[in-house]
This record gives sequence, C-alpha cells and structure tokens, in this order.
Amino acid sequence: MDDIDTQNIELQLLLQAIYLKYGYDFRNYAKASIKRRVQHRLSKDGLESISAMQNKVLYDVAFFETLLLDLSINVTEMFRDPKFYLELRKVIIPHLKKYPFLKIWHAGCSSGEEVYSMAIILKEEGLYDRTQIYATDMNEVVLKQAKDGIFNISRLKQYTANYQKAGGQESFSDYYTAHYDHAVMSKSLKENILFSDHNLATDGVFGEMNLIMCRNVLIYFNRDLQNRVLSLFSDSLPNDGVLCLGSKESIRFSAFSDSFEDIVREEKIYRKIKTKLT
Amino acid sequence: MEFEAVVIGSSAGGIKALSSVLSALPSNFPLPIIIVQHLHPQSDSYLAKILESKSQLKVKQADEKESIIDGMVYIAPPNYHLLIEDDRSFSLSIEGPVNFARPSVDVLFETAIYGYRDKIIAIILTGANHDGGIGVKKIKQSGGYIIVQTPESAEADAMPKAAIAATNVDKILPLEQIGPFLLQLVNSSVKKRFGKYDRHKISKFSRP
Repeated sequence: MDDIDTQNIELQLLLQAIYLKYGYDFRNYAKASIKRRVQHRLSKDGLESISAMQNKVLYDVAFFETLLLDLSINVTEMFRDPKFYLELRKVIIPHLKKYPFLKIWHAGCSSGEEVYSMAIILKEEGLYDRTQIYATDMNEVVLKQAKDGIFNISRLKQYTANYQKAGGQESFSDYYTAHYDHAVMSKSLKENILFSDHNLATDGVFGEMNLIMCRNVLIYFNRDLQNRVLSLFSDSLPNDGVLCLGSKESIRFSAFSDSFEDIVREEKIYRKIKTKLT
Repeated sequence: MEFEAVVIGSSAGGIKALSSVLSALPSNFPLPIIIVQHLHPQSDSYLAKILESKSQLKVKQADEKESIIDGMVYIAPPNYHLLIEDDRSFSLSIEGPVNFARPSVDVLFETAIYGYRDKIIAIILTGANHDGGIGVKKIKQSGGYIIVQTPESAEADAMPKAAIAATNVDKILPLEQIGPFLLQLVNSSVKKRFGKYDRHKISKFSRP
C-alpha cells in the first residue's frame, strides 16, 4: 500500500466525518474532483494531511463551511449552452403551452443563473404567469445568492450574447437594473420562483412536475447516486413530463434508460414514457 | 520503467503539434493517450475528427464515466474539465476555469495520478499560457516521465517554458522528434517488462 492508497482511506474517512457531523453526503460523489479540491484546500491552508483536515472539520464549523463551498461546485452562467435554450424554446415550449398550469423543478440550481434564464423564456413565451418554478440547491449560501438575483456586471456581456444565441429577441438589459459593479434581476422574474433547500443525495420527492431541469449536476455523482437522483426525477414526472440534463450527461447507461425517450437527443432533453410492467 | 498512459497538454498551435505527434504512432500503440487542447468553449467535436484523419489511432471525445481503453486517443470536450478516476474512467466537471482554461491541463494531469500513479508519460506541447506547470510537477514527483517540446520549435513558447521551469523534465525535444521518441520509449518499456519477467523466472528456477 502506497501513499495514494493511504490518502484514499483518509478521504473516505473525511467524507464519512462530514456526513456524520453535518449531514452533507459526498460519499457517492465522483472522487477525482473531490480529492483534487480537498488537496488544494490542504495546501492552501498549510494542513499536514487529510486526517488533520478531518480533525479541523469536526471541531471548526467555520472551516467546514469553507470546505463545503470548495466541494459544492457552483459555477454556472445564464443561458449556458445557448443551443439547449434554443431547442427548449423551439421544441419544448409549444408542448408546455397545452397545460393550464405548469410546475417546473430546477434541481441543483446553484446561484440561479439558469433559473432566471428559464424565467425569461417563459415570460417571452407568455407562460410565466401560469408557472410555478421550484429552484432547489443543497447549499444555503448559493441559494441566497440565487434568491437575491444579483450578478456581477462583468459577466452580463457574455450573458447577453448567450441570450441572443438562444433565440432571445428582446433587449436583454430590460431584465435587470445595473448598480455600479452588479446587476439586479428584475423583480417580475422572481414572482413565481420558490427557492428552497433540497439535497439530491439525501432528500426525497416533493411533488409532481411537468418539467425538471438538472444540468451539470449528475456529472459529479457516481453511478449509484446518479441512479438515486434519476429515480427521484422519474417519480416526480408523469408520463409525457420533460427532463433536461446537461449536454454531456446521458440517461442511456443508467438504470432508467427505459423510462425515458429522446425529444432532442443532442441537447439531452427527454420525455418520460410509460414503462411496461414486467 | 513501465508506462500505462500518455497525457498531453497543448494550447495555441496545438492542433498542428498534436497531429505531428499522433501521426508518428502505429495503429497498435499499446497505451491510451489522453489530451487536453484548449479550445473555444462553444466549439463542437471537430478536433477528434481532424486528429483521427491525421492518425492511425482511433480518436474520440471523452465521455462522462467512460472506461479508458488502451490504444485509444481521447480528447477533453470543450468547456469541461476532464478528470481521471481511481478506476481509470473519466469524469467531467464545469468547475471554474483553471489558469483561465477549461478544460485545463493541470486538472487532467493532477487527476491522471489518481488512476495511473507513476506509470504516466506527460507531454507538454505549444501554448500561450502557463497551464500544465503544476500538473507536470506533480506527475514528476509521483515518479512519472515528462517530455516537453523545445520552446524554439513551439508556435507559442509560454507553455513549454512554464513546464521546464516547474520541474526537472526528462526530455526536451523538437516537435518532429516527440512522436518517434514516445514510440521508442514505450516500446523499450514493453521490452523491459518482458525482460524483467524473464529474469524473475530465471532467478526463481535457479534458486537452490
């Protein structure tokens, strides 16, 4: 057994300690990314080993909160993958228009950029007023950012370009107010969004949805946890319900490949179908 | 020294450089080759097609959770970091750019150690930023082998220079010699592997 094997044991113990003490469950996350970020925190703070970090996590809540932000990846942007949003507008919106009332669950919404992107499309397509959006994340810090809807102005130029590539026809600056170095998203976009705390690794289903967005969240999970989350989604969608994953995520090799069919294969937009009883 | 994987980092001018390296390798090259080339975030999968047309090897964009197969060439998808897990499968991540890059060479190289330990050959080619410096340092510390393109032969010399400054690299070569040298290095490691096996057998049987 070499140092890398020993570090793997330490990492496993650290994740177990975090789960037992704080209830956040990273044990079924894909390991490489977690390990790399733990190692970077280690050298940044001059800690001797992952075991030393475990000790600190258990007794120092402030340190744990820093580490939690390291471990939960909260990088997102408005209209990330503009082609996805273009397909959403072209293909999925007409389908949603047949419902008198819509429920959308944005799972793992992070700081909310993609939630506001969806809200803008719903507004422009005349669906917003009959939609309830549930935007959830496990991390309360980013959830608060999402709720505030305040974004750094330096990113707005790119968001505007993304918006246009995603088929946006209006003036994007109508959706926010600029204050010095930040932009505050328009209040009218927030009215029908409910932001709440939900952990995909440990919490359950909370309602029947017409559409679920969960983009670039599953890539951080191992197969077991991916299947757990897809089971939550499958249970939350009626037949014909829509599931949107990230461009590099696929349901094809999961335990739920038979419960969904492609609507837009390239952009990983799926429809829930009736599964044959066996 | 036995090797089990090749990782390559390249940036500005990289497509030409990668084509040169890959074109020198035969279709039965025994190791997987895993590449981070910096690309525009919204470019599609054209790079795999270009490189496949220049090479006798199969080239594809790496998929999330895909198991790494010997003899295949994998490219990191644009706008995602590519990581290697303990079990030698790929993970993707959209965590922020590292050295202004996503995919980042450092992220691939650092995590390659998780899957391949000291059995790595890492190559740094042309590029206009410092990405890869930390990665080669860590691979070298873990016992891997580092090849860097000579800065003079690189279209952009910042990346080779950063790698050379970061650690005591094993070999600095002009571009056209990198492919042939890689092949020779891998072949001799395969030969050594058999050599060691023979010696082991002899000593075992000659024991009184």
